[in-house]
This record gives sequence, C-alpha cells and structure tokens, in this order.
Amino acid sequence: MNFNTFLIYLLVTAGTTYLVRVIPMLLVKKEITNRFIISFLYYMPYAVLSVMTIPAIFTATNYVISAVVGFAVAVFLALKNKSLTTVAIAACLGVLFTELIITYLI
Amino acid sequence: MHSSAFKRGIKDGIPICLGYLSVSFAFGIFCIEQGLTVLEALLISMTCVTSAGQLAAVPIMASCGSLIELALAQVIINLRYSLMSITLSQKLDESFNTRRRAAISFMVTDEIFGVASSQDGKPPKEYFYGLMLTPWFGWAAGTLIGAAAGNILPPVVITALAVAIYGMFVAIVVPPARDNRNVLYCVLLAIALSCIFSFVPFLKVVQSGFVIIICSVIASAIFAYFKPLGEGERS
Repeated sequence: MNFNTFLIYLLVTAGTTYLVRVIPMLLVKKEITNRFIISFLYYMPYAVLSVMTIPAIFTATNYVISAVVGFAVAVFLALKNKSLTTVAIAACLGVLFTELIITYLI
Repeated sequence: MHSSAFKRGIKDGIPICLGYLSVSFAFGIFCIEQGLTVLEALLISMTCVTSAGQLAAVPIMASCGSLIELALAQVIINLRYSLMSITLSQKLDESFNTRRRAAISFMVTDEIFGVASSQDGKPPKEYFYGLMLTPWFGWAAGTLIGAAAGNILPPVVITALAVAIYGMFVAIVVPPARDNRNVLYCVLLAIALSCIFSFVPFLKVVQSGFVIIICSVIASAIFAYFKPLGEGERS
C-alpha cells in the first residue's frame, strides 16, 4: 500500500468516524423519543465490543491458554469495577506470565 | 473563572490520558505488525481517536479491503458516539455555536463522555477543551511510542500488550452486563453469532468488518425490539 492509497483509507476512516459524532451534535437539539432507537443505541456498544473481543482475543497470543488466562483476569477485575487501565494492564500481565511459564518452565 | 475551568478540565483528563497511553501503545504495535508505517499509525490516531474503530480499520487498510466495508464498519462500531453526542449536546451552554459544537464533536469518546456527562449542570466551554486536550495527546503519543519503539521490546511482551485493548473492552462491557440481565443476554447472543462466523466453514470467508456489523446489529435489534429500555433506564 503506497502512502496516497493510505490517505484515502485514512480519509474514509476519520471522515465517517467524525460524521457519526458531529451530525447528531449539530442536528439533534431535542431528546430522541423513539423507544426502539434509544434501546438499539443502548445495546449496540456492548454487542460491538463483545463481537470484537470474542473469539479474536483467543488467537491474539502465542498460546490459547495464555489468552484464556488474560481474559479471565480481565473479567474478574472488571466484575470488581476496576478501571479500564487496571483491567487492561492486568490482562497483559496475565498473558505475559502465562507465556513465560510455558516458554521457560514447561 | 474561564482559565480555572480549563485547568479543571485538564486535571480531569489526566487519568483518561494515562489509560489512553497504554491502549494506544498497543495500537501502535498492532499497526506495525499489520504492515503500516510509524507515520501512518500516528496519523490514524491523531485523526480518528476511536479505539475499536481503529482496531477494525487497520486490518481492512492493510489488506486493501473495500472502502465501503471500511466506512460501514466505522459507522456501526462508532454508532454509540452518536448517542453520546446527543446526550452531550444537552450539557452544552449557549456559548456553543455551530463551529464550537463541530470542534468538540471530534473528541467524543467513551471516557470523555463518561466524565463530561457526570458533571453537574452545564460546564463552561473551557472545561470541555481542557478535558479533551490531554487525552488527545495521550492517544497520539502512545501510538507514536508503540509504533516507533514497540519493536525494541521482547516479542513475548508485545504479544502480551496485544490483549490490552481487549482488556479495556472487557472492562467496559462486564460491569453493565453484571448489573443488567438484558445487556448480559444481548452480549452472549452477540458472542454466539461472532463465534458462528468464526468457526462455521462457509461463513469464515465473510470479512471481519462485516461480521462485526452483522452480529452486533442483529443482537442489538433483537433486544431493542423485545427488551426495550424502560422510562427510568434512558439516561
């Protein structure tokens, strides 16, 4: 991919992302009342993030088991309302330690 | 008054900035692994500021995928920002003209939305500027460091950092799924659909951007139809 092609992809990515943010900010001055749309927008982020995480996380590491450990650590800490940063770092550490154990001890 | 509101915004933005540093660091590494350059990774983060959207965009870019798929994936993945923009528009005082509304729309993210929407009343516009400035620098700087210096780290560390963004997603999804049974079932349905697309042979060929769109739209629409939010849950 040359740089000019990249710029076209960048323009589409940044442009659509910005439009999604700016159009409602400029157009919607009143509250949305359609119950289906409100509910759809409410569920959407959780569905999207879940689809992006599973099963992709289990193939993101060298061993499935280390991803499972990282995922389990993340879920456990998220259940305890830990911050995004804490959960993200702990998941990484879970993967790191599991991979080190597998590589050097087993 | 105004400069103090700006400082208060900067201060509230610091924890968001720190969180973004670690996640965007992993994103920078991810970009290099996918075959993008350091400059390209940095430009993406400086202009898009959407973790999930960028994560979905890079493989499509790297494989020179369809621009329509790319645009659709961004709209679907980032659709939640529309709802946040609508909610935040209620927090803006009369000093926000069209130009200023357009400017702050650029930095509507999950975390900034969370902090801004929890403010009492309508904060001064300087507060919003401060709140958005530090996280933007954190997001760009983390990407630059990850893309430029990520490869000096041992491979096992890079592998571990690859799950940072997924960890953040887990942290966003799990608490509401624990507290709201409908969210939990919607998430489980979305995961089931996602796994079907990953493991059923003839569905495996569907591009990842479309899989995200199809699975999340089906799950969200089913739950919006059968389990719509009650009056008290709308905020």
